[in-house]
Amino acid sequence: MINLTHMTMAEAIKGLKNKDFTSVEITRAHIEAMEAAKHLNAYITETPELALKQAQESDKRRAGGNAGELEGIPLGIKDLFCTRNVQTTAGSHILEGFTPKYESTVTQKLWDAGAVMLGKLNLDEFAMGSANTTSYYGNVINPWRRDGEPNTDLVPGGSSGGSASATAAHLCMAATGTDTGGSIRQPASFCGITGIKPTYGRCSRWGIVAFSSSLDQAGAFARNVEDAAILLKSMCGHDPKDSTSAKKDVPDFAAALADQDIKGLKVGIPKEYRMDGMPEEIEKLWDQGVEWMKDAGAEIVDVSLPHTKYALPTYYIIAPAECSSNLARYDGVRYGLRVEGEDLNDTYSNTRAAGFGDEVKRRIMIGTYALSSGYYDAYYIKAQKVRHLISEDFMKAYEKCDVLLTPTAPSAAFAIGENEDDPIKMYLNDIFTVPASLAGLPGMSVPAGLDANGLPLGLQILGRPWDEETVLRVSQSIEKAANFTAKPALLQEKQAA
Amino acid sequence: MSSLDKKDVAKVASLARIKMSDEELEKYGPQLSNIIQFVEQLAEVDTDNVEPLASVVDLNLSLRTDEVTDGNIQEDILANAPETLEGFFVVPKVVE
Repeated sequence: MINLTHMTMAEAIKGLKNKDFTSVEITRAHIEAMEAAKHLNAYITETPELALKQAQESDKRRAGGNAGELEGIPLGIKDLFCTRNVQTTAGSHILEGFTPKYESTVTQKLWDAGAVMLGKLNLDEFAMGSANTTSYYGNVINPWRRDGEPNTDLVPGGSSGGSASATAAHLCMAATGTDTGGSIRQPASFCGITGIKPTYGRCSRWGIVAFSSSLDQAGAFARNVEDAAILLKSMCGHDPKDSTSAKKDVPDFAAALADQDIKGLKVGIPKEYRMDGMPEEIEKLWDQGVEWMKDAGAEIVDVSLPHTKYALPTYYIIAPAECSSNLARYDGVRYGLRVEGEDLNDTYSNTRAAGFGDEVKRRIMIGTYALSSGYYDAYYIKAQKVRHLISEDFMKAYEKCDVLLTPTAPSAAFAIGENEDDPIKMYLNDIFTVPASLAGLPGMSVPAGLDANGLPLGLQILGRPWDEETVLRVSQSIEKAANFTAKPALLQEKQAA
Repeated sequence: MSSLDKKDVAKVASLARIKMSDEELEKYGPQLSNIIQFVEQLAEVDTDNVEPLASVVDLNLSLRTDEVTDGNIQEDILANAPETLEGFFVVPKVVE
């Protein structure tokens, strides 16, 4: 008997086509898995009834010969995508109970392709965080455990922690995420799965709760490269409702994987990413990645991205500045929480004090400060200029190479509560992912090995703008060489039981 | 190096319309100062003759036809409002 939650999405698509099982059967199996893993807190809102209804409709469509590309596939949706008539919280108290009357473009595309929604996945509040410990709806727990520490809960990474945890724990077949400074790639690395952020402009941002509009980009989580490619294709495409979405044809990403030969491809190794104090096992994994690339016939090229060290400070001006502007809309008037005050201003201030958590308040205040009169040029314009230099660094590097290979994150998953004493320590989690975000580049994290505690570590592949296909092909090559078959503790326990 | 004292934090919190207790103002002061000091590293980068980068995608914003594409959705627009009356959002009295 096939285990309906353990197949890949590609296998499920094939099995559905062959009528080996129905969408209702797969969907039900996932709903049962969700029931059994509630302690991970991966979902904020589960929608089992809607899922079964969608699955029945999907099975009918298939019987009628009208199967879409994701027909009958049960997915989890990050709770930052607005979904019609299903609560959308962005992980914030201020949006508790908010039930959109419209559907985000990306999720609409998924339903048009026949997919089924299992529920809305937990995340850091307004996608601000690197550990999924800032959600109003509680911490998400990583299904992985350190060897010999069965009682220590680890973070799944963030901000798309629910998406990563649920995909790794087989609580959905794949999931959507968003990435502003690393929010897909870093949690994918922490949870031992794949995650791809496409080029800025590939996916419409319409209907995604905005954090930092010049950086936010949707992307895909899956348990292997092929599944991520399949899901990503259905998410991408031009949307007149988002003026920054690109008028470009969407390649058949999965088809690009048929060409497994990366011989002669130039893989750049940015020397600035070899940071002081980098854990030895991260360095070892990176070196291993280089060896795998050589074995596959790729040419290794040393490149320099001289402004790398300025990426985080640049990011921590631009993202908070845009967030302070975007989050000004939460005023207690049109939707969300309202806490009455003496007058309108007092109502605003009370509402926002009660509705936002600490990290969101911190970022709104940094952004407000950076944009305030007298500081605008010194902070915001300065950061935009450095952003230009960071982007140029990449373009110069791509004159010498086709992709870049780096670690995804400077560590494996850490315990809940660690790195919380100092916001900047938490920000350092994204040191390898933020620069490419500032440059709008496509990037993917692939599980490549385990650390000394038995936790997954990812390698990151960055590509030229609009060249997700090469990113995916190189990722597949690493996936093949790494042969990563380890499973999270949660699943091992289940299989043993 | 800038650092934010309690008065600065109070000003920023007021601009951001976030009510803060004295305790919170004390708490955020050092945290925000640390972050501001961290980002001030940028001052050492030579950005003479560098254009600010506002958007990474090389897109020409296109104009669409100036026509109504939706409408008659008053109920939808008001559906999530904390308080409505006769088809309007209700806010506390603004004009005395």
